[in-house]
Amino acid sequence: MDRIKNIFKQNMKQYSMLIALIVIMAMFQILTGGILLKPINVSRLIFQNSYILILAIGMLLCILTGGNIDLSVGSIVAFVSALSALFSVTFGLPVWVSIPLGLLAGLVAGMWQGFWIAYVRIPPFIVTLAGMLLFRGINNIILGGQTVLLPEAYTVISSGVIPDFLGGSSNIHVTTLVIGVAFAIMYCVISFIIRKDKMKYDFEVATSSFFIAKLVAVSLIIVLFAYWLALANGLPFILILLGVLILIYSFLTNKTVVGRHIYAMGGNQKAAALSGIKTKRILFWVYANMGLLAAVAGIVFAGRLNSASPTAGDGFELDAIAACFIGGASATGGVGTIMGAIIGGFIMGILNNGMSIMGISVFWQQIVKGLVLLAAIAFDVYSKYKTKTAH
Amino acid sequence: MAENKLPNMSENILEMIDITKTFPGVKALDSVNLKVKKGEIHALVGENGAGKSTLMSVLSGIYPYGSYTGDILFEGSICNFKDIKESEKKGIVIIHQELALSPYMSIAENIFLGNEQSNKGIIDWNKTHSEAKKFIDLVGLKENHNTLVRDIGVGKQQLVEIAKALSKDVKLLILDEPTAALNDDDSEHLLNLLMKINKEKGISCIIISHKLNEVTKIADQITVIRDGRTIETLVKHVDEISEARIIRGMVGRDLTDRFPKRTPNIGEVRFEVKNWTVYDPMDETRKRIDNVNFNVKRGEIVGIAGLMGSGRTELAMSIFGKAYGKHITGELYKDGEQLIVKDVRQAIQKGLAYVTEDRKTAGLVLIEDIKKNVTLSNLQKISNWHVVNQNKELVVAEEYRGKLNIKSSSIHQKTGNLSGGNQQKVVLSKWIFSEPEILILDEPTRGIDVGAKYEIYTIIQNLANEGKSVIVISSELPEILGVCDRVYVMNEGKIVGEMGRSEATQESIMACILQSSS
Repeated sequence: MDRIKNIFKQNMKQYSMLIALIVIMAMFQILTGGILLKPINVSRLIFQNSYILILAIGMLLCILTGGNIDLSVGSIVAFVSALSALFSVTFGLPVWVSIPLGLLAGLVAGMWQGFWIAYVRIPPFIVTLAGMLLFRGINNIILGGQTVLLPEAYTVISSGVIPDFLGGSSNIHVTTLVIGVAFAIMYCVISFIIRKDKMKYDFEVATSSFFIAKLVAVSLIIVLFAYWLALANGLPFILILLGVLILIYSFLTNKTVVGRHIYAMGGNQKAAALSGIKTKRILFWVYANMGLLAAVAGIVFAGRLNSASPTAGDGFELDAIAACFIGGASATGGVGTIMGAIIGGFIMGILNNGMSIMGISVFWQQIVKGLVLLAAIAFDVYSKYKTKTAH
Repeated sequence: MAENKLPNMSENILEMIDITKTFPGVKALDSVNLKVKKGEIHALVGENGAGKSTLMSVLSGIYPYGSYTGDILFEGSICNFKDIKESEKKGIVIIHQELALSPYMSIAENIFLGNEQSNKGIIDWNKTHSEAKKFIDLVGLKENHNTLVRDIGVGKQQLVEIAKALSKDVKLLILDEPTAALNDDDSEHLLNLLMKINKEKGISCIIISHKLNEVTKIADQITVIRDGRTIETLVKHVDEISEARIIRGMVGRDLTDRFPKRTPNIGEVRFEVKNWTVYDPMDETRKRIDNVNFNVKRGEIVGIAGLMGSGRTELAMSIFGKAYGKHITGELYKDGEQLIVKDVRQAIQKGLAYVTEDRKTAGLVLIEDIKKNVTLSNLQKISNWHVVNQNKELVVAEEYRGKLNIKSSSIHQKTGNLSGGNQQKVVLSKWIFSEPEILILDEPTRGIDVGAKYEIYTIIQNLANEGKSVIVISSELPEILGVCDRVYVMNEGKIVGEMGRSEATQESIMACILQSSS
């Protein structure tokens, strides 16, 4: 019991965000009269928030390196969506060429900013503020201030669901359900392997009953979620993309040398540099990566609107930054997780969605979101203060 | 003064009685007494860490009333300063080693910083400038009052600080190492100025200095502090005042059993530094390290002694993958072969390790736990394809926790919550784990209690016994003498002496430093 308490204490911040998410979900479930968690609305929540979540992943890495933020991501979203129009409509290139080109452009934009930040040592705030103006301007030049319609393939990425290979009855998407079950099994198998590896080193592991209970609970949630999506239209492509990105970046931050270096740098840049960590190179690639992910978000967003527009991505940077901080990232760097940022993003998304369903005006929505962000950071500062004085 | 008719208070402007100040785990001041006569120049001397600066921080209210015990009497009345503002109001002004000037403001603006010449909140520029001119002339500063402080040299900046103090109606002026960063001419001018304002304005002064020639020249009384205690007060014309006499007071203590026994087993030369010259990264015309040559042998512990600011840390960091300095020239040799290191990572790969002097700001990631700090400089060793094997990491961290006796609840404890000694053991673990052949330890026991110091010394000796070459930089001479097989003495960016274990004494090292001081 003490151990569980201990684990809970150590991960308090993350759990508290998860609990906050569940509380907010429950609250809106009641306030909206059960609309919030209807299958079709769950599916909509994923579509609506996907691009912010993709941006939040990249933003988290920037923040981890030392509380650095990227203000330009909204403009890079616009820039890449404009390029998509340019490549696929004006030049008439096929989608399988125009999408990689768009991603490449985002990466280059990120490298451009990474160069100024890491090697010329201009503060990220200023470089990305400049980028915010710069890339928005390029978007306007390319589009000539007009909105341009995109080919259908873009829409499929952002709003499509996987086809139901297994046919089945009309109101349930069988393939989605099968994938859900497969995923749950995969989770169990991997958990078993990790546990066995730990036992090989003679490390303490959870009791087998606790372990099995956890596996059952998580598997149940996965299958239930898949069932919910199956009741709607099925598994969205964008969710697969998002899942893959979450897996890749969680692995990167938790398990790799690079990930460790990013955290160490944010925790103490001087100590990291004197431990042989190439802090400049990390800063450069973190911003380059942010550019790439902004390009992914840009293509998804363009697809969602089915067009490239001069105002695309306006204010996205702030939503992404807020998601990271609500999700427990430290404003000075070195603390934060990918899952936290995703949870933070969903909290923002559910606030938006829930209040919209309730018919609350956009103006009030902004006020509520602002207060939630402030409360999250205040909680962070307060808990830090408390742990400091405890010793 | 003859019959002692006057009450004590009119004779002493300042009396600090039984001042005791403790920091967690360390007694920095232990019933210190200091009496300063009205109108005198009183020198405060002692080794680094003896407690001089702490005492002055207590006096000026930086450590507020209540955080220490004992009484401060200023002009006969007891003072309980809550902050530096209150002590300044009484006329006590302290000028720190790091000057408190705003570089992008003019001399006049700096003189009245925090004491602006204003009328209902609006600055009266005419008054500011005319008043500033008066003080500028008084201190003999030949600069226009509109000149920006960043455009004048350190010597002149020091004069601006004094002008600033004078503008505040100072009664007791405290100067912490005022000439440490000055050249001969500027030092001379500053000391003359001090004597002048002391005589003409009757301002009492406390001067902290390592330059004993200056102290003997200007001080009326000298108080020696050692290990947080007052040792003695020497009075001019009563006691013998000579550099040798002061040094004896500063360093006289016994060294029994503070260091583990050592039987060195020293091999051939392992690491050599030749003609090493480094310039200041901020001021590229300033040489910080000037043509330094030294070597370390296999299994040897070499000490680098010197005062703070003598360039020891800069030397170490410039060697360690050019982590400090610009225009670095000179060669490094390991086992007779020239070593090219372009950055810190290469330095680590080629077998160098550097334990920083400040473990909190440059040694540890305080928000992370013990295991992640231990493996940080050599993550590759426990990784496959850049993926960290976290199980191996746990094994490694446990191993070092046991081997170096790191007292903690577990390897998952955050390093920020460990005591100084245990933090230092984590830093040492990190560097031992990086498998170095040459270790540079910069102030390895600073701020650590005596028991933990002994453990650290044991670790250092074990490293040498394993055949590693160890360089210890320390400001504590007893430490240098207690652990090192050979000592280099550094001053003002140069190696000014080399001594074997048998020749080195605190007196000989101090004398070496003082003789080389310009």
